[in-house]
This record gives sequence, structure tokens and C-alpha cells, in this order.
Amino acid sequence: MAADANPQHLWRNPDPRPSYDAIVVGGGLHGLATAYYLARNHGLTNVAVLEKGWLGSGNAVRNTTIIRSNYLWEESAGIYEHSLQLWEGLVDELDHDFLFSQRGVLNLAHTLGDVREGVRRANANRLSGIDAEWLTTEEVADFCPIIDTSPGIRYPVLGATLQRRGGIARHDAFVFAISRAVDAYGIDLLQGCEVTGIDVVGGRVTGVQTTRGPIASTTVGLVAAGHSTVLAGLAGFRLPIQSHPLQALVSELLDQVLNCVVMSSAVHVYVSQAHKGELVMGAGIDSYNSYAQRGSFHVIEHQMAAAVELIPLFARAHVLRTWAGIVDVSPDASPILGLTPVDGLTVNCGWGTGGWKATPGSGWCMAHTMATGVPHPLSAPFSLERFETGALIDEHGAAAVAH
Amino acid sequence: MLLIACAWCGPRDEVEFRYGGQAHVAWPTAEDAISDAEWGAFLFIRDNPQGDFAERWVHQHGCRRWFNVVRSTVTHEISAVYPAGQSRPESAPGRSGAGSGEGAR
Repeated sequence: MAADANPQHLWRNPDPRPSYDAIVVGGGLHGLATAYYLARNHGLTNVAVLEKGWLGSGNAVRNTTIIRSNYLWEESAGIYEHSLQLWEGLVDELDHDFLFSQRGVLNLAHTLGDVREGVRRANANRLSGIDAEWLTTEEVADFCPIIDTSPGIRYPVLGATLQRRGGIARHDAFVFAISRAVDAYGIDLLQGCEVTGIDVVGGRVTGVQTTRGPIASTTVGLVAAGHSTVLAGLAGFRLPIQSHPLQALVSELLDQVLNCVVMSSAVHVYVSQAHKGELVMGAGIDSYNSYAQRGSFHVIEHQMAAAVELIPLFARAHVLRTWAGIVDVSPDASPILGLTPVDGLTVNCGWGTGGWKATPGSGWCMAHTMATGVPHPLSAPFSLERFETGALIDEHGAAAVAH
Repeated sequence: MLLIACAWCGPRDEVEFRYGGQAHVAWPTAEDAISDAEWGAFLFIRDNPQGDFAERWVHQHGCRRWFNVVRSTVTHEISAVYPAGQSRPESAPGRSGAGSGEGAR
């Protein structure tokens, strides 16, 4: 089994070098995974990860830790399932137990429309080689007994999809695990290093200006989630991304009462229980654009009302704390991962409310794109050009509020 | 929860309103002549500033009328409210005139 989850040594805190073979802008999980696979798959270690705050200060530890791959379309199945298969090996590969637990993910259906969409998605998943099952109301009651499956409630449970290989992991421990692995390759993790300018000469990127001085590189990847449009603006192009707050909350520590992940797009809630005992719940995004890392209370109120109706024993739990992350919402609820109008500059954003689960697959494909200059086959459909050609990958059904 | 001063009814809770995104986005005047890239940009790309943002709201559960707001995306402070069809007030802070679509009418 892997090493202690709370190691003594974390990573070096180096000063920036004047230039690198490649720069990853953004020290969130997708940036860290990009750096990890640049070294592991492509042998690139003269690399820096630029983080304006500190590692683990943003969405890396604000997500609700759910991992699954049961998206509708083949393009999504490809990258999310690749990601899930990578998750299945990462505890051993990183030699760090970040509590990856494949306890199963239920997506509840409350209306005839939900049922049809759920059955269709389970069938589509199986055709893509992804494990998926359709459960009847009685089977939902057997699998997760604390859900109220009585017919009289406002949004009765008419069935659910189940992905047994889905689950949760401890996100802060994963930040430790992957940061240490990246550092061990000799890659510089530069914290407190905000990018304030992007140097472009003759249509080609040549480096970045930062709060810790200029750094040169002809290979730069932007992996900045909610701040992606700000960075793109520095390089002179626009992205179809809107930044919104996405709120989540935890209860106090409770005995283990919830054995799986329960998600419901229709009533806007998704919940799991951490190993330590907190109930971890997420909501839908706040409607307005924001960079403030906080949202409006009525969104949480709405989410709690839904959770308590679905799982009545939650009524006795108390909210311990709430927070928000800034998510990068794209028009089709699918990511943007690929080349930009600037040579040598690649972008990875638009994961919106669902980036955590995709961390390894996203980093794998981004590293390939940065190292070779050509999009990885799994991420090629997620190009920026699709908003010109119209080849959208509409995952609002699989993502909805509960991405 | 935001307290939004409807241009027609006065201050009301945010839950009475629906959000409409960036204001002052004009339909392309030469829609049969523009390129796919320009059409795609009109359909999908909106400004996403870190700071003051001119945006549309509709008083869905009140008078059901649209109006515009200048609101900071960093502090959520609302600095101007004005009827749909009017230009962004000169006095509203952060007015840059930048961004395609801005002010095009």
C-alpha cells in the first residue's frame, strides 16, 4: 500500500529560472497533471508551473471530489473514461494514498424525461465500453437505503443510473501527491507567481511577464480555469468562457451513513460522505458572472431543501462551512483543450463544474498537445474551432448542475 | 443574495430576477456577409471581465421587464442601473469602450 497521506517533505520552493522548455500557467490540478505527464510521458523536465496563489488554494480543494465517466457522447466518453482508468492506477503510481474509493455513483431520475435520458445515457455508456446500469426504484432503495423512494414526495425517485466504478477521492491529499511527484521530476513549482503579460512576437509566444520577473519559453500552456479569459486577453484572443461561482458545503463529522455518491440534476444536489465523516454537497452555479469565490445564500438553501427531501435523515445535520470556486463555463458544457491563434500557446479550460474528475486525462492530453504541438486524439474534438464549425459536444444532459 | 434595484420597481431580492448576461451585444448588421468565425463569435463569445460588467437582468417574478446593470464581478457592487435601450452611463466606473459588441447599437 502507498505511503503516509501526510508526508513530512512536500516540495522545493525555487526561484524562477530565466527560461524553460515549457511553462504551465496555473498550479491547479489540471496544470499539475499537465506538468506530471510532460515529464512522465514526454521526458520534459525543464518545466515550470506558475501559480499566482499557492498550491491547493483554488478549485483543487473546492470541488466535491466526485469521480465518474458516464458522459453521453463518444468524445466525452473517450477523455473522461481515460481519466477514470488513470485514476485507478494513480494511488500506486504516485505511491500516496489519497483515499480513492470506487463506491458507485447514482444519478437519480425524477421525471419521465429523466428516465428516458438516463436509460439512453446508460446504453450509450455501455456502447462506449463504460460500465453503466439502470436501476429501478426498488433497486435504488436496495443500493442506497437512506434515499426516500416513497412515491408521495414532490420529486419521486423513478430510477437511477449507476456507475459502480465511479466514486470519490481526497482532493487535498491528491494535491500533495501530484505536487510531490512533479517536484521529484525536477520541475519548478513557482508559487506567488502571477502572470501579468504574455509575450507574442510575430504570432508566436516567446515568454511571460510575471510578478516574479520575466520568464522565457516558446511553449506555454494556459490552464487557469475561471481566469482563462483574463489570460487569453493578455495574449490577444477571446475564449467562449464565462466565469461563475459554484458553491459547495460540508456538514459536521457524522458516522458513516451514505455508502455511495448520490446526484440529482433535477433537484440540484449531489452528495457524498467523506471518509472522515463530513457530508459533502454541491449545488448549481450562481447565475451571474463573478470572480469573487462566494455566491448567494439562496442557492445553498435550494440545494439543502432538495437534499433533505431526498434523504430525510440529513435534516438533523448541521452545515459546518460553505464556500465557492470560480468555474469556467463553456457554451456546450464541454472543455476547450487545444491550440490557440498564437503559435506555441495552448489552452486547457472550460471544464466548468466538472473538472476534478478529469484531472489525469486532461493533463495527459494537454501534455501531449504542448510537447508535440498536435492535439491528442482524445482531446482533438474539444478544439476552440468547434465554436466556428458548429461541431459542439453538448453535455448539458450528463453535466447539468451536477457535472 | 444580491439586492437589485429594478429600473422600474426599485430594490428587490435577487431571487425575483433572472440573469441575461452581457448587455449591448448587437445582432450582426451584415448577417448574410459575415464569416463563420464572426458568426461563431457573435453566438458564443461574450466579455468576461474581472471588474465592472454591463449586464442584463429581467424582473421575472415582478414586472417582467428587462433592464441593464453595471456590476463588479469582483465585489458584486452595483454602480449603475439603466433601462434597456440606453447606452452605458458615462459616469459608470470602469467604462473602457473596449470589447467587441460594446456600445454597438
